[in-house]
Amino acid sequence: MTQKIGIIYQGFPSEQELAKAPGVPSDERIKRGPVAFIECVQEIPCNPCEEACPYGVITVGKPITNLPKLDEEKCVGCGTCIAACPGLAIFMLNGSKQKAEISFPYEYYPLPEKGDVVDCVDREGKTVTEGKVLRVVKSPKYDATAVVTVEVPMEYIKIVRSIKRLRRS
Amino acid sequence: MRVIHHPILGDDTRVCNATITVDGRQIPAVEGEPIAAALLAAGIKKFRETPKHHKPRGIFCAIGRCTDCIMTVDGIPNVRTCITPVRDGMVIKTQKGLGEWSEAK
Amino acid sequence: MKTTEIAVIGAGPAGLSCAVEAARAGAKVTVLDENLKPGGQLFKQIHKFFGSREHKAGTRGFRIGEQLLSETEKLGVEVLLSSTVYGLYEDRLIAYIKDGKDNTLRAEKIVIATGASENALAFPGCTLPGVMGAGAAQTMINVNRVLPGKKVIMVGSGNVGLIVSYQLMQAGADVVALIEAAPKIGGYGVHAAKIRRAGVPIFVSTTIKEVLGEEMVEGVVTVELNEKWQPIEGTEREFEADTVCLAVGLSPLTELAWMAGCEFTFIPALGGHVPIHDKNMETTLPGIYVAGDITGVEEASSAMEEGRLAGVAAAESLGYIDAQKAEELKQQIWARLDALRTGPFGEGRFSAKLKQLNSRRLLA
Ligand SMILES: Cc1cc2nc3c(=O)[nH]c(=O)nc-3n(C[C@H](O)[C@H](O)[C@H](O)COP(=O)(O)OP(=O)(O)OC[C@H]3O[C@@H](n4cnc5c(N)ncnc54)[C@H](O)[C@@H]3O)c2cc1C
Ligand code: SF4
Ligand code: SF4
Ligand code: FES
Repeated sequence: MTQKIGIIYQGFPSEQELAKAPGVPSDERIKRGPVAFIECVQEIPCNPCEEACPYGVITVGKPITNLPKLDEEKCVGCGTCIAACPGLAIFMLNGSKQKAEISFPYEYYPLPEKGDVVDCVDREGKTVTEGKVLRVVKSPKYDATAVVTVEVPMEYIKIVRSIKRLRRS
Repeated sequence: MRVIHHPILGDDTRVCNATITVDGRQIPAVEGEPIAAALLAAGIKKFRETPKHHKPRGIFCAIGRCTDCIMTVDGIPNVRTCITPVRDGMVIKTQKGLGEWSEAK
Repeated sequence: MKTTEIAVIGAGPAGLSCAVEAARAGAKVTVLDENLKPGGQLFKQIHKFFGSREHKAGTRGFRIGEQLLSETEKLGVEVLLSSTVYGLYEDRLIAYIKDGKDNTLRAEKIVIATGASENALAFPGCTLPGVMGAGAAQTMINVNRVLPGKKVIMVGSGNVGLIVSYQLMQAGADVVALIEAAPKIGGYGVHAAKIRRAGVPIFVSTTIKEVLGEEMVEGVVTVELNEKWQPIEGTEREFEADTVCLAVGLSPLTELAWMAGCEFTFIPALGGHVPIHDKNMETTLPGIYVAGDITGVEEASSAMEEGRLAGVAAAESLGYIDAQKAEELKQQIWARLDALRTGPFGEGRFSAKLKQLNSRRLLA
């Protein structure tokens, strides 16, 4: 059977769906420094991202099923929105350095540690490259959602979205 | 298997402070947890055999509705183990068919 | 005989929200629940909720449960646990069993908030130990903190199937695959994306052919379905697994409403036969209200709003809230409910609920 493409068939957004999503910043903006990358492509009743951004650059408005819209010029890349999203659909990309930096929410045990070299996976969970853990941010405000940042070769900036779950000892 | 560490709920700090006997085998348990939880923690999944065809059954709903998890507890058959709390020293038997009443220990 | 002003049957999100609203207005409220602990399904929901601030979006379900419990305590709501209600009789007489003993309670108003139960599915091997409801697995990992198994096949791609798959991995299990008979994923894409990037394959147009094993689950054979939902020969796949979780829908637990004599309507989108109610959540029987999944399966956020509506309406009818204030409160709640019932996932429920309300008007 040929695989149909798109979030309702595969369980993750396709390139085309992301290209249309108002929360996805331009390639040019990603190259300039850290920016939120919102992979929210279905109209679900939800707006914590809008509330969470201290700079007011995510807009959902009324009705709350609107897709979140990112004002990419005003996003400062602080990462506050990442842990606030109940859909774990917000990432942060930084394409301004030699290597790509990708931040994502992570809610498994155990957590990786800074400096670890880990298997980095794409939206289907396939390992595509190794990466180095740059930061693991935990905060009471995040309520048990950690925000992990990995460094990977630049060609994976639009591909890597998490790390392979670490085994419990 | 018990879930000791959990990314959201934190570590489980309860200790096994009770022992129950299941078909002659002693297993550790936490006083007050459902009997079914203690059994699963010990890797026991078969709770009873059906009356006619002797087919094995285990938990199905875990909220006291389906009666798939019934066992003989302290001599009383048909006890729903998913909603019956553990007490130290309980004697539990895999229930064969309709079960039999017997003297509590 | 024991008496109360408002009796609420079921201490889930709907029942507790109802109790809080009514007690805040000054009514004497008694909540009955058959469980050892209050909270209904809330304490197994460890994910952050959707919605907006008024719906407590971004807060994890079990924390909302803790807040609701502390509010009920502060307001002096009486909560009777291990109390199974088995009868509703004339003049709002409630019969229940507590600690093996028969009891009765007479109330001026009754709110039925008994929730829903999980549907089963028949296939060869469906009764083997290791085959269980997804909610059962969720209870085991998040409430009792034991793993029902290590390698799980999830059946059903609605939000419950997707969320429980994710939570099984959080508890340390592996989810080998999620299968869905329909040609597309039923729940929110963001929930699906979480488990996909954790490496869980989702197979749509696929069902269980059989579960392997003699004494317990050892493996699963799946098969693909054509457009007519018929198995396609030669598309079988075999998986090693020790657990099969079924997330194939919920059905409202309506026995008590039937017994009381409430009139029903049949709305498949809400889970089948559901009691007819008006905008106050009052059924066709004066003084008997319903709230939460019993009125049609939705989710915890809408269950809480419906509970609040019933609480306000019942307190109003007892004279604890004046008509104007009650109207104001109810309008706020309806606005929040409508906000949850918009968009491609909510519209179906919105029109289904409208149909339910209209059937009330047709009767009147
Ligand atoms: C197993 C299961 C898992 C779920 N998981 C999720 C999830 O992860 N995310 C999500 O959004 N939604 C989930 N849901 C959907 C769920 O229906 C709602 O989230 C919400 O819990 C509904 O609230 P409620 O108050 O109507 O019912 P419930 O939370 O089910 O509460 C009903 C209460 O009534 C009690 N009761 C029932 N009958 C009687 C009786 N005769 N006498 C006394 N007490 C009685 C029950 O013990 C229960 O405590 C789940 C539902 C189920 C059944
Ligand atoms: S990264 Fe910071 S500034 Fe940018 S959208 Fe998120 S919260 Fe707002
Ligand atoms: S919080 Fe997350 S899921 Fe909700 S609208 Fe924002 S991006 Fe989408
Ligand atoms: S598992 Fe269903 S009653 Fe215990």
